[in-house]
Amino acid sequence: MSSTDISINEEVHHAHEEHDHHHEQNFIEKYIFSQDHKTIAKQFLFTGIAWAFIGGFLSILFRLQLGWPEATFTFLEPILGGWIENGKLNPEFYLALVTMHGTIMVFFVLTAGLSGTFSNFLIPLQLGARDMASGFMNMLSFWIFFLSSIVLFSSLFISTGPAAGGWTVYPPLSALPEAIQGSGDGMTMWLIAMALFIVSQLLGGVNYITTIINLRTKGMSMTKMPLTIWAFFLTAILGLLAFPVLLSASLLLIFDRSFGTSFFLSDIYIAGQALTNTGGSPILFQHLFWFLGHPEVYIVIMPAMGLVSEVIATNSRKPIFGYRAMIGSLIGISVLSFVVWAHHMFVTGMNPFLGSVFMFLTLIIAVPSAVKVFNWIATLWRGNIRFTAAMMFAIGFVSLFISGGLTGIILGNSSLDIQLHDTYFVVAHFHLVMGAAAFFGMFCGVYHWFPKMFGRMMDEKLGAVHFWLTFIAVYLVFMPMHYLGIAGFPRRYYNWTGFETFNIFTDMNTFISISAILGFSAQFIFLFNFIYSIYRGRRASANPWHSNTLEWTTPALPGHGNWPGEIPAVYRWPYDYSKPGAAEDYIPQTVPFSQTASSNLPHERELE
Amino acid sequence: MITFAIVLSVLLLFIILFLLFRIGTLASIFRGSSERAAGTTKTSNRVNGTLLLLFLIGGGAAFAWSFADAWDTMNLPLASVHGEWTDNLFWTTMIVIGIVFVITQILLFFYSYKYQHQDDKRAYYYPHNNKLEIIWTLIPAVVMAALVFGGWKTWTNITSAAPEDAVVVEIMGKQFNWMVRYPGADGKLGVAKHTLIDATNEFGVDFSDKNSHDDIINPLQIHVPKGKPVLLKIRSRDVIHSVFMPHFRLKMDAVPGMPTKFWFVPSKTTYEMQNETGNPDFKYELACTEVCGRGHFAMRYVIIVDEPEDYEAWLAEQTPFAEQNPQVLAKFSNEASSQLAAKTNAEPKAEEVKTEL
Repeated sequence: MSSTDISINEEVHHAHEEHDHHHEQNFIEKYIFSQDHKTIAKQFLFTGIAWAFIGGFLSILFRLQLGWPEATFTFLEPILGGWIENGKLNPEFYLALVTMHGTIMVFFVLTAGLSGTFSNFLIPLQLGARDMASGFMNMLSFWIFFLSSIVLFSSLFISTGPAAGGWTVYPPLSALPEAIQGSGDGMTMWLIAMALFIVSQLLGGVNYITTIINLRTKGMSMTKMPLTIWAFFLTAILGLLAFPVLLSASLLLIFDRSFGTSFFLSDIYIAGQALTNTGGSPILFQHLFWFLGHPEVYIVIMPAMGLVSEVIATNSRKPIFGYRAMIGSLIGISVLSFVVWAHHMFVTGMNPFLGSVFMFLTLIIAVPSAVKVFNWIATLWRGNIRFTAAMMFAIGFVSLFISGGLTGIILGNSSLDIQLHDTYFVVAHFHLVMGAAAFFGMFCGVYHWFPKMFGRMMDEKLGAVHFWLTFIAVYLVFMPMHYLGIAGFPRRYYNWTGFETFNIFTDMNTFISISAILGFSAQFIFLFNFIYSIYRGRRASANPWHSNTLEWTTPALPGHGNWPGEIPAVYRWPYDYSKPGAAEDYIPQTVPFSQTASSNLPHERELE
Repeated sequence: MITFAIVLSVLLLFIILFLLFRIGTLASIFRGSSERAAGTTKTSNRVNGTLLLLFLIGGGAAFAWSFADAWDTMNLPLASVHGEWTDNLFWTTMIVIGIVFVITQILLFFYSYKYQHQDDKRAYYYPHNNKLEIIWTLIPAVVMAALVFGGWKTWTNITSAAPEDAVVVEIMGKQFNWMVRYPGADGKLGVAKHTLIDATNEFGVDFSDKNSHDDIINPLQIHVPKGKPVLLKIRSRDVIHSVFMPHFRLKMDAVPGMPTKFWFVPSKTTYEMQNETGNPDFKYELACTEVCGRGHFAMRYVIIVDEPEDYEAWLAEQTPFAEQNPQVLAKFSNEASSQLAAKTNAEPKAEEVKTEL
């Protein structure tokens, strides 16, 4: 395998030198249809941030409705036009907002924006590769994602509105335009966007896996890889296995919608007439959807776990505690994530025996998650912690992951899910554990790797302000939602004042909405910091965080091919921080044991 | 003019914020703190470390206060037998995860505070400890096993087959209200199918089936007797809905083409609950919890729990649908006589199997 490595490296290296001397890339090759993984990563990041602001803005719109159900929203008319009727938000548009918020955040921000950015950026840099295995496929992956983004974004502007059946698009609601306007053209566009999205994910995923298996530099064995790479690797495998199932579900739904088949439809009477569809099962769609949908939440959270592990180790100046246990728990989570999907379906009428099986499997997955939390905390213990903005977000991530993860133990229990299913308890749970936590992982990554991306530092003080406002807002928004949920307050309700059981919660809903608006406003601090620092930030040194991993051995702003000279070889694991006897409190992976005789452990002596 | 003033003041605010930011940056360059590695300056470390500790204490206190404050509103009055099992299990689980929550959050924030950067210190090189890791893998595994066992036992009890003598109530979801049917004196629901639905016969009941003649359809409220098992047969005729009766801790989806069911035993009458809550207008409500379109938020039905004898009296007062709408019945008997027997026999049978499920 090593011979393959060398030949590829030489080839790319050669090309690189050539480009140094004469061939100048033009603007389009360099910034638009670029095949450089770093540029593609930035493209994913910019698109992801744009989507995050759109998705966040949609949530503010429906939080206004929820917080002030009796208010008139005439001031929104300039933005929403006809969706405001006599000062009231249209109830179907409310559902469209909820649906698009979910779709955008889960797929376009936290899958493409998070995985797309950091897998692309870090895999070659941390493995010691010139680029991805296939730069062309990588470019395709981004541009197909971009096309998918355009389709989904345009659906916001059509007259019947975007898809409105919830981000899970359960048929028959999503299959029948008679049931809700959004299931007309909006849903068609949703399905097209999703099909393109899946193609993009698969192109990206194949590339990540191939690169990790084949293009590791000399000495970079699987057990010397940083945890980020392990997380990206397993995430890519999950995506590769799970996304095709969503594609098939989408295809069958397209058939049901357009060609009169009955995969998911049966015995329906709607809009004054009985449909001829018989024998289909809406539950089948749910099984297919959640077969992707559950691994999907781990596709969202595992890259964040990887980034956080790396940042916590670097800034605690300590090796990550239990490196092998961390890999083991990632593998455990990956495997288990495929056999827990039906815990989303305890009260759908599925056979109760199946419910028992899935409850058992679901509660097992709490064990590897718990191990990860304990290991992060043990890494902090007796560290010498640097509170960089990235580190603050990493600590915030662990806190949110604990708070949101623990309630999963309740929801995974089928008897408790009877009352809590589709209430705000669920909303609170997944927003903390995979929404806010994954966002914190993403922020943590952006603050930490920004210097390597743009050659400049982000402002640390603004970063801290951004962290504190966001962290407090997240808890203020989602903690009270647990109380609502325990009282049975249902999800996706445009208005609840008609119910005596739920209309006592006006104050709490207003409070949540105000907190959400504060939290969203705080993101503009980040936006300012991000854009300002790209142009005017303090220039970064090559290794500003004193980190061990390979990307910090590149120049401050790595060019095409990443390393100007030869690709460095790797001699040790990435977590030799504060090793007793060493001169500095970090030893990069590229330092051979022969140079560190004073700090080598007994079993490392023979490697000298 | 006012808009202009608002825009101007917001603009000025942003300019002031920007200037503050620039001054801060310049000051840190002047002090030389920008020369140090990020996260190693004394003040910023102390500020962030202290804030983390304050967040733990202040946030913890705020959480405790708000939890206590919301306690009465979040605990819905309980009115079913199985609800007591799930409520107990819920709060037991809450205590378990509450303990874990408190310990891990305290350690997380306290360690962050305590081990903040100091120039003269060095972190403790501690890559792993197998014994410790095995212990903290086993503990959650054992706790999970216990919770699974508790949950599994409760779940099996709740989902077991309904007793033979259960009162049967059929609930059908449609956009955007619920329809309810009682089997009447014979205790049997007549066959129904979606092709027979029209403006009057919204259930699509096949009135050529004798069992349907005494079916009671759409009473003002759902009445159920206290202390007796009640079996809900749940269907939908268009999209997925979900029957949610929060006071009874009961939820089950209504799926088109796939009848579902849920049985429960009401434990308090509406009257008793009115006394208990001190609210003379208290009503048990039924809500939809699966997004089903424009009117999803408005699918409300009122449930009345009666003493068994009041329930019987109420039931006796209801007129069967066929009696209220003789023209519908007449239509069916005309059609039946004009049609071949073979055709009508085959189809209802398949339908019957489904309703039995």
